[in-house]
Amino acid sequence: MPRLKLNYLEELEAESIYIFREIAAQFEKPALLFSGGKDSITLVHLAKKAFAPARIPFPLVHIDTGHNFPEALKFRDDLAAEVQARLIVRKVEDTINQRKLTEPKGKFPSRNWLQTYTLLDTIEEFGFDACIGGARRDEEKARAKERIFSVRDEFGQWNPKLQRPELWNIFNGRIHKGENVRVFPISNWTELDIWNYIRAEKIDLPSIYFSHERDLVDHDGQWVAVSEFVNLDPADQVIRKKVRYRTVGDMTCTAAVESEANNIDDVIAEIKATRISERGETRIDDKVTEAAMEDRKKNGYF
Amino acid sequence: MNILRFITAGSVDDGKSTLIGRLLYDSKSILADQLEQLEKQSIKREDGGIDLALLTDGLRAEREQGITIDVAYRYFSTPKRKFIIADAPGHVQYTRNMITGASGSSLIIVLIDARQGVVEQTRRHSIIASLLKIPHVVVAINKMDLVDFSEDVYNNIVIDYSAVANQLGLTNITYFPISALDGDNIVDASTKMPWYDGPALLQFLEEVPLETDINLSDPRFQVQYVIRPQTEELHDYRGYAGRVSSGIYKKGDEVVVLPAGKRSTISRLEIGGIEVPEIFAPQSGVIHLTDDLDISRGDSIVLADNLPKTGNELDVLLCWMDEKPLIPGNKYYLQHQSKGVRAVIRDIAYKLDVNTLKQEIPQGPVTLNEVVKATIKTASPLSYDTFEFLRQNGSAILVDETSNSTVAALLIQ
Repeated sequence: MPRLKLNYLEELEAESIYIFREIAAQFEKPALLFSGGKDSITLVHLAKKAFAPARIPFPLVHIDTGHNFPEALKFRDDLAAEVQARLIVRKVEDTINQRKLTEPKGKFPSRNWLQTYTLLDTIEEFGFDACIGGARRDEEKARAKERIFSVRDEFGQWNPKLQRPELWNIFNGRIHKGENVRVFPISNWTELDIWNYIRAEKIDLPSIYFSHERDLVDHDGQWVAVSEFVNLDPADQVIRKKVRYRTVGDMTCTAAVESEANNIDDVIAEIKATRISERGETRIDDKVTEAAMEDRKKNGYF
Repeated sequence: MNILRFITAGSVDDGKSTLIGRLLYDSKSILADQLEQLEKQSIKREDGGIDLALLTDGLRAEREQGITIDVAYRYFSTPKRKFIIADAPGHVQYTRNMITGASGSSLIIVLIDARQGVVEQTRRHSIIASLLKIPHVVVAINKMDLVDFSEDVYNNIVIDYSAVANQLGLTNITYFPISALDGDNIVDASTKMPWYDGPALLQFLEEVPLETDINLSDPRFQVQYVIRPQTEELHDYRGYAGRVSSGIYKKGDEVVVLPAGKRSTISRLEIGGIEVPEIFAPQSGVIHLTDDLDISRGDSIVLADNLPKTGNELDVLLCWMDEKPLIPGNKYYLQHQSKGVRAVIRDIAYKLDVNTLKQEIPQGPVTLNEVVKATIKTASPLSYDTFEFLRQNGSAILVDETSNSTVAALLIQ
């Protein structure tokens, strides 16, 4: 008698695949927002399974800040080629030039929030009606309140008070022209679920997720990689350490964690043991204000 | 390891947020930096100490007003289970949110303040639990510290609640005397209530059997999407993608495609592109049939000897969820899993008072948070079951075609 129950990863996978198929069926021009991080890599893997043996029926879109880890960019190109998906890259740099935006200044000049401009321009350029993102509800307080199908107005804005009730497994993706929906198929996954799934499915990740040597500076107790995008102070001491990344964002706003973990089992063991949350340990930008994410989402951020 | 999805029903005053905060905190789902932020906020509010309830406050807008406006989802895990909490505010004006949170839940925690006992709100939450057929009910009698951990107080509330449960036909009820504030009987057995010899709440949540919540006897599968690669090597590939909402499908099964009623046989089953001998609820799979039929999104594939109902007139319990009132005679878009049809509300038999279960003659328009018994006519036939029999195939929503808002939840009777 075969086993007729699912373990929790299989159940999460079944739900995410269901969501992917709803997206493909309900929207005319969806796009998968791909950052090169583990969450969006997991999204691509789930999308592959949802439509196999056909190709993923929508493009991968990367909003490129120009501040990426080179390893993540290489990985992005290889993955897009492997799954035979169309890869659309739009650069924040171009948006800054065209729209005469002001470049962020300072020691860690993060273009993170400027991505919103490029994203909205890209949505308009291609007429995307649904953008699929890898946000999880365990990440942050504002995320915990967002729907799986999150309707945005023509300015990309999220209105937390006007969300559609999401009942059973019924997703209402109907929109007016000009609006679009952000869809989060891995809303119900936690950081550890993602890692356990990556291990179970043997999904490849960029090398920077595992222990490697790197030149770093100390910023308020967080280790930030030395790169051409970071403006060091004369007083900064550059230290070489063995680190890995727990999340992969821009080089200007992502901190590394000291680690010897060079395989997935060791990474999972470290994450289980840590007493610091994913965003708290790795994101420099989220510390600015308590409601940073709430504000960004309301303004059209992912 | 599997997943338990549950909803907590109660208001701020019942200690709902404190209970959730306590579960997250004691299961070590709250990490050092989140705790640090919590401490900062506790100071801001000048309450002194760490306020666990703050863990579940989401948005700044809510914190400033000291209210919860919507359903939030919380996550924690123990070595035995992953938990997803739908955290819905419990005031009377939030029936909409409670139904939303309850719709995906296998268990409800009804919180009762030990000083207050069973109140109108308890009754309302229990009525919603019974309407939505939540399989497991936990009654958490909270603030036992404020009644000197009295066994008599606890027993009297159990007697009162049993009467309510009997009236509603609720079964599968488990009672816990707790203090969320101090953690009594939450993760570990309390030393202050030696008269209570049951498990702690978390232990129960870890062990409550969930297998029986999934129906594996009545196969239902709605086509979400037709996979047609249209490449040279997969020229004739045509797979019907969807999620098994109940039952098991096997290769060789004789099936009927509804609502058209055409017959065929399952020739192949796949998950993630790999052939499998069977698919079962709640798996997402792909079905291939021996015959080339015209099948599209929203069609049901069911077994020839186990058919759902098919028709275009539905009796439903309807919960109105929009600020604008229901307009009888208006056309709405009805979504039943993946199938969409136009529908019109023909007749409203009665309004259901969710505090008393009394049926009232409808007077005036149906407004936000009201529950009514209605008859709906659809433009083309649906294949469905009653909500009582199969939750997933017996539920639907209504969408206002002009605003695109989800305006009603439907439980098919």
